[in-house]
Amino acid sequence: MAKLLAVTIIVIAIASAVPIVMHTWVAPVDISTHGPLIDQQMSETMAEAGISFLAAQLILAIFIWKFSGRSKDAKIERFPGGSMGLVLAAFLLVGTEVLALGAFGTKAWAKVYFTAPAADSMPIQVQAGQFAFYFRYPGPDGKFGPLHPDKIDEANQNFFGLDPANDPDSKDDIVTAEMAIPVNKEIHLLMHSKDLGHSFYVRELRVQQDFVPGLDLSLHFTANKIGKYEIVCTQLCGLGHYNMRAYLEVMSQSDFDSWLKQQAANQ
Amino acid sequence: MHDMSAHAAPHHAPPEGFIKNHVFSLDHKVIGKQYYTLALVAVFIGMVLSWFMRIHLAWTNAAIPGLQLLSPAGAPNGLMTPEYYLELMTMHGTIMVFFVLTTAPFAGFGNYFLPIQVGAEDMPFPHFNMMSFWITLTAFCVLISAFFVGDGPPLAGWTAYAPLSAVGSIAGPGEGTGQVLWATAIGIFCIGQLLGSLNFISTVLDMRTKGMTLMRLPITAWAWFITSCIGLTAFAVLLPACILLILDHVAGTSFFIASGLVVNDKLLPHSGGSTLLWQHLFWFFGHPEVYIAIVPGMGIVTHVLITNMRRPMLSIKAILYSMWALAFLSYMVYGHHMFVSGMNPFSSLAFSFPTLLITIPSTVVVLIWIGSLYGSKLRINAASLFALGFISMFVSGGVSGFFLAQPSIDIMLHATYFVVGHFHMVMGVAALFGIFSGTYFWFPKMTGHMMNETWGKVHFWLTFIGTYAIFMPFHYLGMAGNVRRYSAFTDDYLVPLIPVHKFITIAALCTGAVQLIFIFNLIYSRFKGPKAPDNPWECTSLEWTMPSPPPWNNFGGKDPIVYHDAYQYGIEGSSGDYVMQDSHEQIQTVRDEK
Repeated sequence: MAKLLAVTIIVIAIASAVPIVMHTWVAPVDISTHGPLIDQQMSETMAEAGISFLAAQLILAIFIWKFSGRSKDAKIERFPGGSMGLVLAAFLLVGTEVLALGAFGTKAWAKVYFTAPAADSMPIQVQAGQFAFYFRYPGPDGKFGPLHPDKIDEANQNFFGLDPANDPDSKDDIVTAEMAIPVNKEIHLLMHSKDLGHSFYVRELRVQQDFVPGLDLSLHFTANKIGKYEIVCTQLCGLGHYNMRAYLEVMSQSDFDSWLKQQAANQ
Repeated sequence: MHDMSAHAAPHHAPPEGFIKNHVFSLDHKVIGKQYYTLALVAVFIGMVLSWFMRIHLAWTNAAIPGLQLLSPAGAPNGLMTPEYYLELMTMHGTIMVFFVLTTAPFAGFGNYFLPIQVGAEDMPFPHFNMMSFWITLTAFCVLISAFFVGDGPPLAGWTAYAPLSAVGSIAGPGEGTGQVLWATAIGIFCIGQLLGSLNFISTVLDMRTKGMTLMRLPITAWAWFITSCIGLTAFAVLLPACILLILDHVAGTSFFIASGLVVNDKLLPHSGGSTLLWQHLFWFFGHPEVYIAIVPGMGIVTHVLITNMRRPMLSIKAILYSMWALAFLSYMVYGHHMFVSGMNPFSSLAFSFPTLLITIPSTVVVLIWIGSLYGSKLRINAASLFALGFISMFVSGGVSGFFLAQPSIDIMLHATYFVVGHFHMVMGVAALFGIFSGTYFWFPKMTGHMMNETWGKVHFWLTFIGTYAIFMPFHYLGMAGNVRRYSAFTDDYLVPLIPVHKFITIAALCTGAVQLIFIFNLIYSRFKGPKAPDNPWECTSLEWTMPSPPPWNNFGGKDPIVYHDAYQYGIEGSSGDYVMQDSHEQIQTVRDEK
């Protein structure tokens, strides 16, 4: 039975690794300028974790195979290297491995979070609320008007609570239900929650960030491939959470200009 | 250190009558069995809830016959609504984490065996001990009552993130009364665990018998002691967090609710609260909770493996110090649950490095286990199979921690099924394997009957393969970007992944059904199993020196005297291949190999 267990462990370990090696289920192709760093970090971690996983399962299986069912008189053998060798291996091999991962991973994280957006980045505000995203472009004046929670009125399409009658900056703000951005242009995304915790997740963009009610956050990214991608909520926000999504359309600059013009006309 | 020869007076008189013997018992052994039974009931409920969820995820438009009886509104004609899915999910997680993974390996086995393993007649505060169980049972009843009140249980998940969990029913079904009941139940649960932890800690520090120095304690006793120390701090933070959450509901406070929120077209009157505060308080408890669930399992696996390898661990000290390191580091890593929460991104790095470092003590434990198998005389039985399965599962679940410890990768994997696969394997299944291993190992002592080994092995094989079939694909789904906590997969991106979900659902239904073998074996053996000898596994610790089952006062009114370390196996020149801790035999003590 021990030998069967050893074989089973090895079969499970190899079978578990096959979909990884074959890339059966992988993240969609990256469309961001910062994404390659994240993907590279993912690959390196996969290699190190994969080797650790296979090695541990294999050695476990071999020892189970070899040292089970021995006779009562068999002599207990000493593990070569003893416990000190194993503890040192854990500290040196795993310690080095994880510190290296941590250090290199910091680079990818820093690229997203520790750099300021470029001065000419395009600001777009996204508001999350049960169970929809809305987007706001500042219009020709380049300024967002202030938000007034008490003026939110979804029935009259005032999703953000704008007061254009009294706030001049709000007059030319453009509010949309879909997000469009020009390709190869840095976007400065200003994140605001209307009600509860939500999240902004675009798999292809390698971006995921929670909305924090009461605390507006921002992040910046550049998309470098034209196409249409899903924006989904990943922070449980209620019964319609599974259906809370919008679309991100990455366009050429000229297409974007026309689109924005059209949206302005629709306000 | 206290005078170990001067024990406290006997803790309670022999119990008389059914009520004092089996219901309001002061006997730690009865209380341990009560906790274990509660965990069995809870795990059955939690598993059935997961079946409903899995069926719904795989066949979203299929009616589940009979589900409408449980909730006519949540499942009209058996068809699950999105909100009912989330409610079942919340209850599944809460029941499993609190009333199974905390209750069975720690409170169940710990209550039964900790006093015996230290050589005591009982715990120092038997009334507190009894209270801790009844408080825990009350918490369970309060939680379950959420199914039957108002608009059902809460839907905010077992983590109950604010402000969804704090603003009341305006945010969704179950977020009013159901959520308050949830917070009340968890608060009550915390009180029970605090009482239990105090008892465990004082048992180890003050109740050890003569000769039982700290370093002679079996590793299980250490594991329960360390878990108690974690629990004392962790539950002490969750309790006030739950009280604050209840106050936000019933007293109009704004601890977790910020200003200017417009929920369901209504501007809330709250102001000044912090939504991230709940996450900090919850995860300050939540991550140590992982170790509350798994450290007792590590202890049980070590104890069972040593007995079945017929040799001591290469270094029991390395395992012990690693468990302490895990306990200590568990408080410094909790922020890895919050990398993309909006917490300061510099904090993410501060939490990332300890998270990566915590793999070192985990690796030490695994390597010592595997290295100790080398050159051993491994016996295969249901208990050792589950212990070996624990190692395999702990490794599989552990390596995915490499990914989630890194903020940059967490951008992709956070809130996906990768996380679900990770924690189910490393703290769910692995901990359950520890519980199974402990059950097959200690059942003879607890009941006086042997369990059926053949059925135990069948149970192991089907569970081992089944759990891998369920939880390994979760990782693949997560890598493909499958978001968790969705009640259905309707968008274009997720639809192609539904076949994987169907495979998982079938595996989950089969593996769940296999547990009936275990339940049958447990009940049948309790009444019809062959009579158990005092020490069927030839183990050295004190629980095996007494009759099976032990008398009410454990050692018959005498204090045992301990002469040896806990794991003296393979002793050259000794009459057998092991020496009991209370044996008078003179031996050369086997120490850790360098």
